[in-house]
Amino acid sequence: MTVAPGTIAPDNRPVNVEAAVTKMEALLGGHIAAYLDACVHCGQCAQACHFHEATQDPRHTPALKLQPMTRVYRRSKSPFAGLKKALGLAPAITEAELRDWEPLIFDTCTMCARCTIVCPMAIDIASVVAATRQAFVAAGLGPPDLLQAADNARDKGSPLGVTPEVLADRVEWLADDNEVEIPLDKEKAEVLLTVSSIEMMKYPDSVVAMAKLLNAAGIDWTLSSKGYEATNFGVLSGKGDIAKTMVERIATAAEAVGARTVVVPECGHAYGVLRWSGANLLGRALPFEVVHITEYLADLKRQGRLKFKPYSEQAVTYHDPCQISRRGGATADARYLLDGFATDFREMTPTGNYNWCCGGGGGVQAMGRAADVRHEVFRIKMAQVEATGAPALVSACANCRLTMDESKAALKWDKELISIVELLADNLVPADKG
Amino acid sequence: MIEFIEGPLWYLALATFLVGVAWRLIVLVAMKRPSDLSQARSASGGLGGALKALIQHSVPHGGNLGRTLYHFVTGYMFHVGLLVLVLFAAPHVEFIQERLIGSDLGWPKLPRWAFIVAAEAAFAGLILLYVHRLTDPVKKQLTDIDDHLGVWLTFIAMLTGCLALQEAHDGLRATHMLSVEALMIYFPFSRLMHAFTFVLARAKTGATYGRRGFAP
Ligand code: SF4
Ligand code: SF4
Repeated sequence: MTVAPGTIAPDNRPVNVEAAVTKMEALLGGHIAAYLDACVHCGQCAQACHFHEATQDPRHTPALKLQPMTRVYRRSKSPFAGLKKALGLAPAITEAELRDWEPLIFDTCTMCARCTIVCPMAIDIASVVAATRQAFVAAGLGPPDLLQAADNARDKGSPLGVTPEVLADRVEWLADDNEVEIPLDKEKAEVLLTVSSIEMMKYPDSVVAMAKLLNAAGIDWTLSSKGYEATNFGVLSGKGDIAKTMVERIATAAEAVGARTVVVPECGHAYGVLRWSGANLLGRALPFEVVHITEYLADLKRQGRLKFKPYSEQAVTYHDPCQISRRGGATADARYLLDGFATDFREMTPTGNYNWCCGGGGGVQAMGRAADVRHEVFRIKMAQVEATGAPALVSACANCRLTMDESKAALKWDKELISIVELLADNLVPADKG
Repeated sequence: MIEFIEGPLWYLALATFLVGVAWRLIVLVAMKRPSDLSQARSASGGLGGALKALIQHSVPHGGNLGRTLYHFVTGYMFHVGLLVLVLFAAPHVEFIQERLIGSDLGWPKLPRWAFIVAAEAAFAGLILLYVHRLTDPVKKQLTDIDDHLGVWLTFIAMLTGCLALQEAHDGLRATHMLSVEALMIYFPFSRLMHAFTFVLARAKTGATYGRRGFAP
């Protein structure tokens, strides 16, 4: 059932307001408090958020997403909190408010951090939203399909049901069908490759492409049935225990094979979580480096270990996944890969670190009820691509790809979506000819 | 009454302002912060990012000038105008010399024409920002009583200040002081604190993302 964004989810789940407040109190450290104290209610962030821009609905103002935390801060943690409470200036949060805020915290925040660029105070609303989601989940709220995806990841190994057995089956099938070696559970390897279940189930060619590229460069790599799922729906859904479990699995697998490098596949949030939050979730530094597949391939290209035939079939543009570029810092690597390869490469405006989100990050892709608003958001991307005149859009995130594929179908858009890894693998110059 | 406003009440307001602001900042800085165990892309990224964000967020960037032009122009008119008035208006310099630093120290005073330019910029900026707050659908729903109070107290302080300057009258001067004292007492309890907290917020974001490779 589709719920219009901004309306209250029509379910009867009991809501534990106290649990939400306790969780927010626990998460409300100085880093969040500084943000809450700095917001001047100027509303400029609305101009940067695709949900506001696509709908022009003032309810989709990013600063409104600070409200739950602000209320808790004012009532129990800020200086003079007692005074404010006594004077009735800091009312307690109610169940109705929590329900009303739920779509703001989940359905209409892709945690893309575009609002942070515009905010004169540089408030990182995305990180506050991530913390707030944990409180909503503690209260019993959150989109059921997103929560289910997280539970699937914990119980089955992946949100889309890729159990270790399914992984082995699909790896065998892909290897046979494509005549490519895909090592699974090698005892020792330099590199542990992880996969996103979206790729495994919907875009398996991308897994084959990664295998071809790593093999061509002569990398000693493996997949591991102990830890293969790169996506982390624990973080997206606000389920902290599952977030930690998912990172633990990959860390255990990497340590078992003695990997020095863990490669994250085409998935933005998987990269963001493992690269920048993995150690924090585990509470210890990771004994291996974490790189996104575009970073890793760029490095192999730099070393001359991978060579590609120029791609001149059509003009292409590039969509920056927010968690890889703006929030991940790996913006330059995709450009390096496309440089001298895509002969007619056209940047969108804005691009790189300032790019517009696809509309499906932050788990929004997995929320069925957010589909309509996602499609509206995608119109921004369509206009950006059309302005370049390129008939094809390359990207490096299976979640963006799925989001855009769905919106493309819903809006009957005729442009082509291409995975950068697949494009590179299709144009690989075999080592003996390089 | 005038003596009370210019004497004890002034010192009470000053103490409330200084202690209140310090207290709020100390509490903020002392609150626990999770440490970041991830491996930074570059060792100096955090510091560089913090400095970059501190400077960069003073101006629209990332292709957003058009989107934020109204705030950029009116915001600077108001803030720069007000700052110039507070620090350089002749009676303020004299007041600071008299009460705080002595007449040997000091800095140039604004000529009358410059005072008028600064005052007009500050008034126009504040009024334009407030009109936007009252009419823009996004801002309307964000606005609370604190925003109104902050604007009105500032506006009254500015207005009485201009009146006091026009006619050097003790009563008007005391009215101006009273309104400034109200503003100073209100300041630490309000969103006016953004005059200080902006540093913490910008530096935090800059440091977090700077170590990742890009401070937004
Ligand atoms: S992080 Fe992105 S989606 Fe979330 S409020 Fe900010 S701009 Fe909007
Ligand atoms: S732009 Fe920043 S300061 Fe202004 S309302 Fe949005 S979050 Fe608050």
